[in-house]
Amino acid sequence: MSNGKFKLSNLYLIFVFIVLYAPIVYLTVYSFNSGGTMQGFDGFTLEHYAEVMQDTRLLIIVLNTFIIALLSAAIATIIGVFGAISLHFLRVKSKATLLTLNNVLIVSPDVIIGASFLILFTIIGIQLGFTSVLLSHIAFSIPIVVVMVLPKLQEMNISLFDAARDLGASSWQVISRVILPYIKPGIYAGFFMALTYSLDDFAVTFFVTGNGYSTLAVEIYSRARQGVSLSINALSTLIFLFTIVLVIGYYYIERRNQRPANGVVSE
Amino acid sequence: MEARTRTIYLIPYLVWMVLFVVAPIVLIVYYSFFNVEGQFTFANYEKFFTATYMKMTLSSFWYALLITFFSLAVAYPTAYLLTKTKHKALWLLLIIVPSWVNLLLKAYAFIGIFGTYGVVNALFEAIGIGNRQILFTDFSFVFVSVYIFIPFMILPIYNAIEKLNPSLIYAARDLGASSWVTFRKVIFPLTLDGVKAGCIAVFIPSLSLFMLTRLIAGNRVITLGTAIEQHFLVTEDWGMGATIAVFLIIIMALVMVLMGLRKRGLDLVKR
Repeated sequence: MSNGKFKLSNLYLIFVFIVLYAPIVYLTVYSFNSGGTMQGFDGFTLEHYAEVMQDTRLLIIVLNTFIIALLSAAIATIIGVFGAISLHFLRVKSKATLLTLNNVLIVSPDVIIGASFLILFTIIGIQLGFTSVLLSHIAFSIPIVVVMVLPKLQEMNISLFDAARDLGASSWQVISRVILPYIKPGIYAGFFMALTYSLDDFAVTFFVTGNGYSTLAVEIYSRARQGVSLSINALSTLIFLFTIVLVIGYYYIERRNQRPANGVVSE
Repeated sequence: MEARTRTIYLIPYLVWMVLFVVAPIVLIVYYSFFNVEGQFTFANYEKFFTATYMKMTLSSFWYALLITFFSLAVAYPTAYLLTKTKHKALWLLLIIVPSWVNLLLKAYAFIGIFGTYGVVNALFEAIGIGNRQILFTDFSFVFVSVYIFIPFMILPIYNAIEKLNPSLIYAARDLGASSWVTFRKVIFPLTLDGVKAGCIAVFIPSLSLFMLTRLIAGNRVITLGTAIEQHFLVTEDWGMGATIAVFLIIIMALVMVLMGLRKRGLDLVKR
C-alpha cells in the first residue's frame, strides 16, 4: 500500500474514533463545570460529584442496579450452563429446535420483550417491582449464557466423557470433574455478558419496573427528559470508569479463552 | 449421560423456555384480539391497516433503512481498515468500549452536543453558518442512532474480513484485478455474511427504538417501538400495542429468513 493512501486511511480511523468517544469525553469534561449547564466551561469544580454522593435516592438506585445485575447474571449462568450441557447431548433435530427458541430472545427487540413480559407478569399476578425486574433480567440473560457456553462444549472431545464413564464416574462426577472445568472460560464469559446486558438494559426494565422501583437507566431517562443536570454527568463519568474496569476484566477472560486448552484442565 | 439425569438438568431450562419464550409470544398474539374493554375483536388489525398506522409503519421502515445504510457505509471501511492496523485486538476493543456505556448516557450527551448552545452550534457560529436547530430533527435522530448501532455493524464485518483467506486477494491481484475490482468481486462477496449479520443487528432494533425518538427526535419520529410503548404504558390500550408487536415479530422473522440466519443457526448446531 502506498504511503499517502495509508495516511488517509489512518485519518479515517482517527475520525471515527473521535466521533465515537466525543460524547463520553463531553460528558466527562462538563461533569467538572461549575457553570451548571453543558454550555460554556466556567471553572473546575467537584461539586457535582459531591451532589451524587449526597443523593441517597440515586445511590440506592445504583445499588439496586448492581444487585439486579449480579443476582440475575448468577442465576442465569446456573440455568444456562445446565441448559447448554443438556442441550449438547440432545439429538441434532431437537437441539436445533430448542436452539432456535433459545435465540428468539436474543434477536427480539427490547420493546417486544418488555411488552410481552409486562403482560406475562400481570397475568401471573407478580407485582411489578424488584421481582419482575429480576425475573426479566434472568430471562433475557439465559440465552446469552447458553450461546457463550455451547461452543466450548462442542470443542470437547467425546472420548473424554467415555473415558470418565469407563473409569467409573457417575453422571454428576462427569459434569463436575470433566465438563465444568473444561468449559469454565465459557461460563465466565457468559456470566460477564449477562452482567453487562443487565447493567445496560433500559427498555425491558422500563416496561416491567412499575412505580417506586427503578434502575439506573430508567432513572437517567426520567431525569434526562426533565433537562440537563450536571450530576448526571458526574454519575456517567463514574459509570464510565467502572465500565472500563469491566472491559479490562472481560478482555482478560477472553484472552484466557483463546489460549488453547489441552484435554482436561490439570490442577 | 443417562437419559434420566439429562432430563433433570434440562428441566429448569425448559421451564424458562416455556415461560419466557413461548408464553410471551402466545400472550402477545392473544392480546392482539382484544380491545380496551376486553372484548374479542379483529378491530385492532383493521385499525393497523388504516392510513395512519400504515404511514407510521412505512416511516419507521424508512428510518430503519436510513440508519442501517449509513451504519454500513461508515462501518465497512472502518472494519476493513481495522484489520489492517498493527494492534488489531486493541483497536477493536476501543471500538467496543463505547457500546458498553449505557445508551441513555450517550443520548443524554448528544442532547448537550446538539443543543442550541452546544458544541456543534458554537462551531457553526465560528465558521459563519450561524445557529441552527439540530436537536429534534430527523438528522439528529439518524445520526445518534447510527452512532449507537455502529459497533454492532463493525463487529460482524470485522470478523468476516478477518476470516477471509488473504491468498484469494493476492490471487485476484496477480490475475490483474484492480483494487476496486478485487474489492467488488472478491472481498465484498466473501464478507457478505458479516454484512448481513450486521444489517440484522442494526435494522431490527432501529424499528423498535423508542427512547431516542423521545429524547433526540422530540417525538417527531414515531417508530413501531414508540407506538408499542405508547400503547402499553401511556394509553394502556394493550390490544393495539400487541397488534403492532405481532407485526414487528412477523417483520423480524421475515428479515431473518430473508437474510438466511436460520440456516446458519442450524450449522452452528451440526458443527
